[in-house]
This record gives sequence, structure tokens and C-alpha cells, in this order.
Amino acid sequence: MPDSRAEALAAAARRQRRLQAALPWLVIGGAFILWEAAVWLLGISPFILPAPSAVVQAGLRWWQPLLQDSLVTLGTTLLGFAMAIVFGLALGVAIGSSTLVYRGLYPLLIAFNSIPKVAVVPVLIVWFGIGIWPAVITAFLISFFPIVVNVATGIATVEPELRDVLRALGARPLDIVRKIGLPRAMPYFFASLKVAITVAFVGSIIAESVAPNAGIGRLMMVASSRFDVPLVFAGLVVTGVMGVALYWIAERLERRVTGWATRGQEGFAPGG
Amino acid sequence: MEIADVAMRYGGAEGTLALQRCTLSVREGEFVAVVGPSGCGKSTLMRLVSGLWPASEGQVWVAGREVSGPVPLVGMAFQNPTLLPWRSVLDNVMLPLEVVPAHRSRLRAERAAYAAKAEALLKLVGLEGFGQRHPHQLSGGMQQRTSLCRALIHEPPLLMLDEPFSALDVFTREDLWAVLQDVWLERKPTVILVTHDLREAVYLADRVLVMSARPGRIIAERRVEFPRPRRLEDTYDTEFNAVVAELRALIARARAGEAPDA
Repeated sequence: MPDSRAEALAAAARRQRRLQAALPWLVIGGAFILWEAAVWLLGISPFILPAPSAVVQAGLRWWQPLLQDSLVTLGTTLLGFAMAIVFGLALGVAIGSSTLVYRGLYPLLIAFNSIPKVAVVPVLIVWFGIGIWPAVITAFLISFFPIVVNVATGIATVEPELRDVLRALGARPLDIVRKIGLPRAMPYFFASLKVAITVAFVGSIIAESVAPNAGIGRLMMVASSRFDVPLVFAGLVVTGVMGVALYWIAERLERRVTGWATRGQEGFAPGG
Repeated sequence: MEIADVAMRYGGAEGTLALQRCTLSVREGEFVAVVGPSGCGKSTLMRLVSGLWPASEGQVWVAGREVSGPVPLVGMAFQNPTLLPWRSVLDNVMLPLEVVPAHRSRLRAERAAYAAKAEALLKLVGLEGFGQRHPHQLSGGMQQRTSLCRALIHEPPLLMLDEPFSALDVFTREDLWAVLQDVWLERKPTVILVTHDLREAVYLADRVLVMSARPGRIIAERRVEFPRPRRLEDTYDTEFNAVVAELRALIARARAGEAPDA
């Protein structure tokens, strides 16, 4: 019976998809249960490792400062990230399309990226004072590098024949970047966004803990100085949730813009 | 088109000499095939004619003007279809129109007319109704047909084809020979086809030029007088095969390094 076999295959595929959708939640839930059980069974002190239930309690108790500080961190991170996108795209295009710019700037970029950003924060405070700017700029500094490298790679690896086709038609370098380079770099760009958004959080929280002014970083510093370890963990969990949420948005955008790069299953190719 | 005593050397005075004393001329509307041992500088020839690279010595003339830089007189297709995967087939075909100065200014206003032209070309190569698909939904042969359309859309007087069919299977390749012959018979562009398939050269060309081993130059030429349109069955005729065998012998000698007229 070919019909029933097709149905059975379709049902199996549906089950597979449902399992894939549920899996992340199952893993997270399982990890929390395991963590809770380990803390109770081994009798670990909440100063060392608070149980998830204690973390949730701390979170509920301090929900107002937690919300306020996480919004501050979200704001500074997004601002720094937006600057990184603009600057990273521009520099990536310049480096990817010009050997001269590449030769000139690349060593400097790599040197700059090797500097631990935590060491830069005090300098930023001297320059900009206590406030959101050190955090914004640290988020920017830490997240623009992957964007530059990826965009530059996407543009620099355009097939030479394709370049020849356009050049032979009298295309200007700007035409080649616009028609081929940029669209071709989009998958690379989005891949880098997913890295950049998560490290942008690292940047802003580092700055907030070195120069405690506002934000999740400051909240965690304050909580740990009061030995409120459950609240520190609540801050970590909130940061993780924000990171995942932004990653998810970046991935949605990626699928919309660069659907052509991830070939669908419906592709069809008759002979000829 | 005229190439007079051209030499091309890569990488400075001590670099590899790709072409030397290379001279050939092609009449308007003629179909010429260039064959030769691999690495003989066929692709270099293409880049010189299309103005992508300047020649180290000698002159290249196209349509009565000396070529000193890229001029949109040339349509090109390569071994790889080099389509843009994010564009539909139709948008891929119309890419040159967005770049060539004469068309780009009029494209916005006359988009419908240009699109109709592109559709007509797609129909000519047997891709009617595939305009909205994306390249990855097409087979290799269909991608190569699309690439051919892209080379033709701005109606270049000269079509340069660099082994356009060599990555295809035999049956697809023979289909596309027929397609190319149809296109040529209808539009009569000047065509220079670089290939190392001798049957392909003899089937398609009015004249086959044989290049020597590197540094490349033209060492022999063979007119092909078979009437058009030629049929694929004809490629198994004794007469046809005699021409192929003759060319094969010439290339064998070129590979051995001795030029027949040297």
C-alpha cells in the first residue's frame, strides 16, 4: 500500500520535527533539574552554588532592580552593537575590496583585537567619564571585529570570473561591490552578527563591572559584595536569556535575507 | 576583430610568456573556434580581447578601435556558469543591462521592454518559463544556458566563450551545441569559442584556429565548409571525422613542441 507507507513516512517526519522543536526546552529543563538535585543531594552551600529554586526566588524578590538593570544593559549593548554593524560593514567593504586597505589595516586590526578589552575600560572612563558610554564603547570594540573579518572575507572571495564578466562590461569598482560583493557577503555578515551580538553583551557587562554605574554588571558586583550569590546567578540567567533572544532575532533576519544561501529541500532540477 | 603580433607576459620581465607573436583576425559575424593543447594561453587571449588585461606587446583591435580597457562590446561565458545565486534567472540575465552605460540609464524607464527581451532570449535557449527560478533550482546545463543568455542580452557584437560546455555531460553538451548554433544563426554575432573538444569546434565553427604550446600563437587554421544548419548526426560522417582527425594530428604536433611552419 503506497499510500499508507507515504503517510507513515510523513508522520515520522512530523514526529522528528516536533522532537527537534522541543529538544532545547527539554535539555534546559533537564539541566536545571539535575542542578537542583545535585545541590540538594550533595548539600552544597548557597554561597558556593545556589540551587535553581533559590535563584528564581532571588530573581522574584529583586525583580525591579533586575528588570531596570537588564534594560540598561540591553540598551547599551544594542547601541554598541548598532555602531559595530555600521562601522564593521563599512570597514569590511573597504578591506574586502581593496588590497591596499587590507595590507595597510589588517595587522593593526589584529593587534587591536588582541588587546583585552577589560584593560581599555579604565581609559574609556578617563575619556568619557562614568556613565553608559564606557559600556557602549566596550560593546562596540569587542563586537565589530568579527563583522569586519566576515564581511571582508565575503567580498574578497568573489569568483574572479564573475568579476571579469562585470569588468568587461565596463563596471566600476563600486558597481562590483554593490551588485556582487555586498549580496555575496550577506551570509558571512549574518553569521558574524550571531557571534557579535553575544560578545557585545560580554563587552558591556565587563565595562559595567569595572566601572559600576548601572546595568546587570553593576548589579552582580553589588550582589556578590553582599554575598547574595543567588542574585548573582539570577543576573547571569537574565543575561543568558537576553543573549539567546537577540541571537534568535539575528537568525530570523538571516533566514529572511539570505534564504538563497541555505538551499531548500524543494529544489528541483530536470535534465537538460 | 584583429590581433596583431600580440605578446603577453605575466609577472614582470622574467615571468611566464603566455602568448608570443600571436596574430589572428576574425571577420564580423564569423564563428571561430580556437583549439590547442592545455595551458597554451587560450584564456589569456580572451582576456586581452575583452580588454581586461593590456597586452605586453602588439595591438588588439575590435570593431575598428584599439582595445585599451574594458569596452562593453563583448559578451562572455565561462566554463562555470558564474550566476548570482541570490538572483532569479531573469534578473541574472538582465545583470549586464544594469552595468553597461548605454542601457543602465534607460533600464528603469523601460524595464518591461528589457524584461521581454530577456524572456525572448530565454525562450531561444529553451528556458521559457524558468525566469523566476533561482540558479540552484536548475541543472548544470540549464545554468549554462542562462549564462549564455546573460552574455547575449546587451547585444554585444562579439561573443567570447571560454570552454563553456566542458563541465557538462556529453548529451547536455550536444544539446547546447545545437542551441548555440541556433542563437548564432538567428543573431549572427561574431563568436570566438575557446575549446579543447575538437568535435565541438568542427561542428560549430566556420574556421578552426590551432594554437601552439606555450608561448601560444596561431600555427594553423582549417576552414570548415559544411552547410548550415549542421545536424548532430553529421558529426559522425566520414567527412566530418576526417576534419577532426586532421586537427587532432596538428595538435599532437603542437604538443610535441614542433610547429608545422617552423
